[in-house]
This record gives sequence, structure tokens and C-alpha cells, in this order.
Amino acid sequence: MSKERKIKVLVCKPGLDGHDRGAKVLARTLRDAGMEVIYTGIHQTPEDIVNTVIQEDPDAVMLSILSGSHNALCPVIMDKLKEHNIDDVLVAVGGIIPDEDKPLLEKHGLKGFYGPGTELKTIVEFVKNNLKR
Amino acid sequence: MDYSDLIEKLLEGNTRAAARLITLAENNIDVAEKIINSIYKNTGNAYILGITGAPGTGKSTFISTLIKIFIGQGKKIGIICVDPTSPLTGGALLGDRIRMKEYFSLENVFIRSMANRGQLGGLARATDDAIKILDAYGCDIIIVETVGVGQSDVDIFKSAHTVVVLLVPGLGDDIQAIKAGIMEITDIFVVNKMDLDSADRKVAEIMQMLELNETFKYDSEEIPLDFAKIKDWTPEIIKVNSRTGENFDLLLEKISKHKEFLEKTGIISNYLKNRIKTETLQILKHKLTKKIEELLNSNEVIEKYINEVMEKSLDPYSMANLIIKMLENKF
Repeated sequence: MSKERKIKVLVCKPGLDGHDRGAKVLARTLRDAGMEVIYTGIHQTPEDIVNTVIQEDPDAVMLSILSGSHNALCPVIMDKLKEHNIDDVLVAVGGIIPDEDKPLLEKHGLKGFYGPGTELKTIVEFVKNNLKR
Repeated sequence: MDYSDLIEKLLEGNTRAAARLITLAENNIDVAEKIINSIYKNTGNAYILGITGAPGTGKSTFISTLIKIFIGQGKKIGIICVDPTSPLTGGALLGDRIRMKEYFSLENVFIRSMANRGQLGGLARATDDAIKILDAYGCDIIIVETVGVGQSDVDIFKSAHTVVVLLVPGLGDDIQAIKAGIMEITDIFVVNKMDLDSADRKVAEIMQMLELNETFKYDSEEIPLDFAKIKDWTPEIIKVNSRTGENFDLLLEKISKHKEFLEKTGIISNYLKNRIKTETLQILKHKLTKKIEELLNSNEVIEKYINEVMEKSLDPYSMANLIIKMLENKF
């Protein structure tokens, strides 16, 4: 692997959820861990996110959802990624994800599920250890 | 690794192929070489517009408004946004996309964020490669947003056809306008945020500076090659509001005027020649540095020279000359 290689991460806020303090803290943390972090801002549609993934070609996508609409949004994002044959990108979701929702999201290929109180270094390690390429 | 499949797809206008090739070029300069090698004959069709200015002058919002206009003209647009890499951790936060949200899902818009990975000058090492890839991908216009630059980050002037420098009212006085560097080699000055009180004053300051340029025409023989394109062009100046789009019609006229100027005067071919020279120089520097480093770290004769320098029977300049001789013999 070339020494120029950097882990590139996309941090997104899907849906009608304006609370992005967590996403910004995460973006800053991953930056400080030596990664190149793109933050898309709030109110992203699944289509916007998938198009950004296509153009930016990140190694990982971190979805931050606090609005409770993860069951509606995440599977759509995963399906659209599949439509474009994107299977080598780690997709994680975090925020407020109740335990009972995790199996469904896992079935769609999502990982992570970190919520409030998670130590930041746990998430950094998670990203480093779960990359698909 | 074989990239011919990706390159074939790129030339068909495949977005994912373009994105992946930029990643590959970014991550490894030897791979970049192979990619450029195979696509070079397909480049040269895009008009490259450089946008630069201090942090917070509104570059991303300005570009967002430009995108809207170019889409209206049916153009295919590539945008490359460069942001700084942390000198401490090597990480970067790339936040320029946020201002361009409306255009994420448009077929004719390709936005790519790049970290400068420690390169000075306002661009990343691979920005020129990314420009060529987007050119071959079929973009009509490529907009390059530099890092929020200081006064001497002027690399964009070697990569773009037309360079727009963004200024804002209330930032710096008339002394700033007569300083060297970025202010000298701008094609179009844009005073953004024209709704602010002192916008007219900013325009006046720049006009005064430009009037002095008129009296002191550059001696074309003396201008360094990289910047030869500025001769005979008096920079345009315009105030705009990127939020409302006010005055953008006039701005576009000025951009077209500069484009026509480059074409009519033949400066565009001069510019191309210079660009090829500076780019090749860049590549040579990189390759030779690598070779010299290898030589320095693995050669017994050099060990001997180093000892001589330590004993003061040789000085570093003389040692450098001896090494150049060694390299010349190798070629």
C-alpha cells in the first residue's frame, strides 16, 4: 500500500434531521485520527448520499440519524448502493438506534449502531478495522 | 494492475470510473502516471476556471451559483474543491460540498473534494491529474476551488485558463491591494458580498491598483514563463452577491471576454506551452528527487563525501556539484 493512501470517510445526515452536533464531532474526531473526512451537511436524501458516494469514492460512509427514521432511510440507501454495484464501502449508522431495530439494519448490511456516550476512539477503531478495501 | 477497463469506462462518461481513477491517481503517483499516459490524448476540451481567495470569502457559495448558471446552459461541469490537510495528524475535513447541496444529484455535475496532503501553493499534488481525468470524462467546464489561500499561493494560475480571485469588503485596506503575489496575476477580481457597506470602496481600491499597472506595463521579456499569459490583459473587476446571483450575468460576460482574449491573441497556445513546461518540471523534480534520495542513501562514494564535509575538506555546495556529475554520468 502506498504511503500516500488515506482513509476517506463520508459523514452524512440523511433525512429531515437537523441535529448535527454529533456528526460534526465525529467528523472532527476522524480528521484527528488522520482520515480525510467529507461532511455533506444536513437534510440529505438517499439519492444525494449515493451520488456523493459515487463521486467522492470514500472507503466508509457514516450515517448519523437521530430522528428515528433509520428503518425507512437506511435500507433505501443500501438498495441504491447495490443498484450501482457499490459493495466495497463500509456503511455504518449511528445516533439513536434502538436495539430492536438493529437486526433489520444488519440484514441490510449496516454496521456500527453507536449511540450517545460511545467513546470516540471506539468509533475510530471500528472504522479502521471494518474497511472493505 | 490493469486500468484499461476503468479508462474505457471513463471515456464512455462513466461517473464511477472517473471517481475511482481520481482516487487511484491521488493515492499513488506511479499509477497517476499510467492513467494520464492512456487518457492524455482525450484531454484538452474543457475550460478550466480557477477560483481562489482567502478563507471565508465565499468561494464555495460563489461556485454554487456558477454551477446553477452553467447547468442552465446545458454544460457538463466538474468541480474540484481542495481543502487543507492537517500538518499534525495528516487528516482533513473537506466541507466545501455543503454549499453545493442542491446539485448532488444532477447528472451533469461532478463534485470532488480533495485534501492538499501537505502540498503548498493552494492545490493538491493530484489536482492536475484530477483535472485531466474530468476533462477526459467529458466535462465542458472544470471549476477548481483552491484551499483558502494566503497571499502567495499562486499554483492555480498554472492550472487554470481563467483565474477569479474573490475578495470581500472590510478585509484589508489599500495596502493589501498593492502587495505582491496573488493580486498581481489575477484575471478577474470579484468583490463578493456586495450587499455589505464597503463593497464600493473595495472595488475602488482595486481599480486604483490596476490603474498603476497601466502605467507600468510589464516588460514581456522579463516575465517568468509561468505567468506570461497576463501580459496585455487588464484584469476585470466586478462586485457580486453569490447568495442572490446579482451581477453574475456581467461576471459571465467578463469570463467569456477573457476566454476570447486568450483565443484571439494566441495567448492560449503560449499558455499551453508554459503549462506543459511547468508540469513537466514538476514531474521531473519529483522523479529526480526520488532518484537522488536513493543515491544519497545507498552510495559508498557519497558516504565518503559526507565524511569529507564533516572534516571540512569539502563543503555541501561542492559535494552537491560532485553528485550532479555522478548523475550526469549515469544518464
